[in-house]
This record gives sequence, C-alpha cells and structure tokens, in this order.
Amino acid sequence: MTQYFTFDSIQLESGEKFGPVKIAYETYGVLDSERTNAILIVHALSGDAHAAGVDKSDETPGWWDSMIGPNKAFDTNKYFVICSNVFGGCKGSTGPLSINPETGKPYALDFPLISIGDMVECQKRLIEHLGIDTLLTVAGGSMGGMQVLSWLTRYPNRVKSVIPIATAIRHSPQQIAFHEVGRQAIMADPHWKSGNYYDGLHPTKGLAVARMIGHITYMSDASMTEKFGRQRKKSTEPFKFTADFQVEGYLRYRGDNFVKRFDANSYLYITKAMDNFDASDGKPLQESLRGVKTKLLVIAFKSDWLYPAYQSKEIVRACKLAGLDATYCEIDSTCGHDAFLLEVGEETYLITHFLKRVFHEYEVTGNYEI
Amino acid sequence: MRYDDIRPDHNVILEIIKDSSLVLDLGCGTGELLYVLIKERKVHAQGIEIDSSAIFKCVAKGLSVFHGDIDTGLAEYEDKSFDYVILNQSLQQVRHVDTVLKDALRVGKKVIVGFPNFAHYASRLQIFFGGKTPVTGALPYQWYETPNLHFLSISDFRSYCRSKDINIEKEIYLGKRKRVKLLPNLFAQIGLFLISNSKNNQ
Repeated sequence: MTQYFTFDSIQLESGEKFGPVKIAYETYGVLDSERTNAILIVHALSGDAHAAGVDKSDETPGWWDSMIGPNKAFDTNKYFVICSNVFGGCKGSTGPLSINPETGKPYALDFPLISIGDMVECQKRLIEHLGIDTLLTVAGGSMGGMQVLSWLTRYPNRVKSVIPIATAIRHSPQQIAFHEVGRQAIMADPHWKSGNYYDGLHPTKGLAVARMIGHITYMSDASMTEKFGRQRKKSTEPFKFTADFQVEGYLRYRGDNFVKRFDANSYLYITKAMDNFDASDGKPLQESLRGVKTKLLVIAFKSDWLYPAYQSKEIVRACKLAGLDATYCEIDSTCGHDAFLLEVGEETYLITHFLKRVFHEYEVTGNYEI
Repeated sequence: MRYDDIRPDHNVILEIIKDSSLVLDLGCGTGELLYVLIKERKVHAQGIEIDSSAIFKCVAKGLSVFHGDIDTGLAEYEDKSFDYVILNQSLQQVRHVDTVLKDALRVGKKVIVGFPNFAHYASRLQIFFGGKTPVTGALPYQWYETPNLHFLSISDFRSYCRSKDINIEKEIYLGKRKRVKLLPNLFAQIGLFLISNSKNNQ
C-alpha cells in the first residue's frame, strides 16, 4: 500500500531551496530490531513506488514483483524493502504536476530543475523518517542505477552495499540524443503549450512518440525479431500508414498506454536529470570512492546497446582503482536494456548470494563443500 | 582443516601464499583455489574469469569476481596492488602472453604461473612416434577443441624469464600426482613458477 511522507523543504543541487516535498513510498517485509535489514529499491524512468505485490485498487503487480517478495531475490521474509517514487515524478511524489501552494495551480515549468542527487536526497530523508541509519543495499537498474551510484558517492557510510544494474557513471552523447528526440516530440506537440496544459488537452501524441522511441532503445534487434518478425496485423488496407506490422502496433499500443499513466512535464524533467547526471561531477569516479567500504555487485547485459556493458565496466574499473570490493557480471541475454526487468533467474541467483554475503558479513560462504 | 582431494597444483600455491595476502587470480574458474586460499590463508581475494557459468559459481561461493577476459582486465589496477597475482592454467589461453605477464608483474609484487608442460615425455612420444598433436593428462584436448593458444615447455618459460630479466624465486614441478625433481622438462606434466620483476626491471 502506498504511503506518503512530507517534509518542509529541500536544498536542491542547483542551490535553490524548494518545498514542501511529498514522497510516495511502499514497504514490504519487516524491519528487524537492529534495523540492519533495510533495502532501498530505486526505480527507472517510468517506474513508481509500487515495486512489489499486487495493488488492490487496480490489481497490477509491482514493476519488480518478480524480484521482490517472499523467497525472491529481495526476500521479504528476511529483508525490509522500501521503494519510493522519485522526486519530480508523477506517481504520488512532488513533481511538475503537483499544486504549487503559492499559486494554487500545478507547477508546470515553474518546477525547478532537479537532479538525480536531489532524488537521492529525498530518499535519504525518507529512510531517516523510517528510523533507518544504514541500508543493507540500494539496488536499481537504468536510472535506478544512477541513483544507486549517487548513493554510493554521496552517502557511502549509509550503504553497506550497492547493486547498480545496466547503468552508467554518466550518459554518453548517444543516450542524451535519444532523450532529446523524446523531449522534442513532447515540446512539438501543440497541446504542450510550454508546459501549461493541465487544464486542457495533454500533449499525448508527443509523449507517446517519446515513449515509442524509448521502447525501441530498450529492446534489441534480436528481441524485436523474436517478438514481432515482419508479421503483419490483420489489416485489410495495407500501405495507408496504418500500423501494418506488429512492431508498429506494439509501439503505438505502448505509447498510447503510457500517456494514461505518465505526465509529459515529468518526462522532460526526469530525462534531463538523467542526462545531466555524473556520478563524480566530471572527475574520475575512483577519486570519489577512495576509502569507501561499500561492496558492489555490478550487472550488465550482453545485448543492451542503450547502456552497453562497457559503461558498467567503467564503474567496476573505478572501484578497482579505489580498492573497493566489486563483483561484475555480464548476463547473456538477447532482451536488450529491458533485460534488467526480464532476466529474473540470473539476477535472482546473483543478488541472493551477494546479499547473503553482505548481510552476514562473511568473506566466503561457510557451508560450501570443496 | 585439510583438503585431501585438493588439486595438487592448488596445494603448491597454498604452500607459497602467506597469510592475509592480497591475491588476484586471473582465470579463476569456479573459484575453488580462491575459496581454499580465503579459508586457509585468510587472503583478500579477487578473481577474473571469462566463463559466465563459472562466474555464477564464484558468486555463490561469496567471492568477489570480475566477468571478463584477462587480456584487457589488468589495466584498471594500480601498480603493486596485490601480493600475489595467480595465472594458474590460464597463461597458455591468453592472447597476448607478453603483455599479460608484464601487467601481472606490474600489479602484483609476485606472480605465480602454472602451465602444462608441452615437453613432457608422453607428449614427445606421441609426436615422435604417433606423428600427432599430443593428448595427455595435462593437455587433455584434441587439436580442434583446445582452449590453449600457446604451447610451452618448462624450458621455454625459463628462457623466457631469463630474456625478460624476470626473477624465478621458486619452481615446482608436478607429475601425475607427485612432485618431480629429476629432469622436469621431460618428466613434469605441470610447471609452477613463483616469479617477480628483477630490480633493474622495475
């Protein structure tokens, strides 16, 4: 069940002071008496606080329900799992569609420019509010991975381990380029009206196109071929720019569905925060990590061309140079960037064993027989 | 605790490595050696391994490992980051032996190298009388399926070290089960070397 935590204000990375801030969050499992079993799950671009379980209102499973729950990778029989909607989002946390108390209207573009660091700052406030000093781990993929890295560099003493998945220290020009096309699609929609669309029609076409571009980058050549081939839909009128091919139908469906659940301005703000993100502010990452005791499990996927494995290896390389304990695994998958939500078996295996080691603080498993 | 069925080459390495050392195992496989070293020598260990199913087994043991190939995996370490760098049964499988050894000697104070001896008498007999690429206990692969890229003998490695000004601190030779003292280049299946950079090489 989604809960809310509100605080007066936050000092943004940009220097601006902003408030009040409301953060939507869910928790699963029970916090132990020593408060050592808390895990923070951080979501990707379009995620929300509902990470696990089935929502009673609309019966949708959480976005990472395959990984969080009893006897799953993030085992709620053992661990206390927290997931919150990011600051700037549109799923219950304060974002551009929230009401500005000064005007009584949605902030729209009066909402300040936010950063991944600001999202993490809000998460830190939340875990303090929940009475947690140190997290057993922070885990997430894609933009979630960026928040994970931000936790590592900002609050290394608050995280015993981190699990960045399919992510990057900073975006490459290619990643920024895809985001920019998405943003341009939104801003080119006549209904966008410089962000002031909340009392009228929303820029749904633009947002849907942005999402379609996103979905292309989340898949791979192989996964698209496997999923759609060149199969046509049951269309009687081909060549009139209807969605003839299955892949076209899929993208349109995904785009149209997305606009029902996501705010276009949030999309602009969050993608910009991702593009601006740099885990070590332009310095080599290893310089920000010296003396850090946090353990890492870094996971990448072979067919992920949006966040290629070399970007994950850069994280590990910095860790090695700084003397951190980092394990790196490249999972063989054809699913592209989506793999982090789909390759449940491999991820579960790796994360289960890694967490066991961090939780019990041993060097190697004791019961392993040679 | 004794590991009676521990591989003989692992036993040799266990004897060489001192307590609480920092160890990097290049081509660590499923992590058996690192596991024993952590249990018995309380080493701080890391491994690099290319095979994904082997990496999964390492993670299950609780080891800290890097999934990647040795040829490119050493650049990210500072000089003298480790007390020992281990290249056991992996040197013959790397593409650029020279670069990997140089890098291993850079990031490790000492390097342990173990490899199958191509000049073992069984191999010689097979080549000489059979006229075929040898298949032996230490070199168990057919020519078309071998992961080995380089075939070297104990004498080859010794002269390599001489030519590169590398110190050989220890050499241990293994037969099928026992250690070999006499004419190792003829009778040893496996050669294990503890090497380090000589002073004028650093």
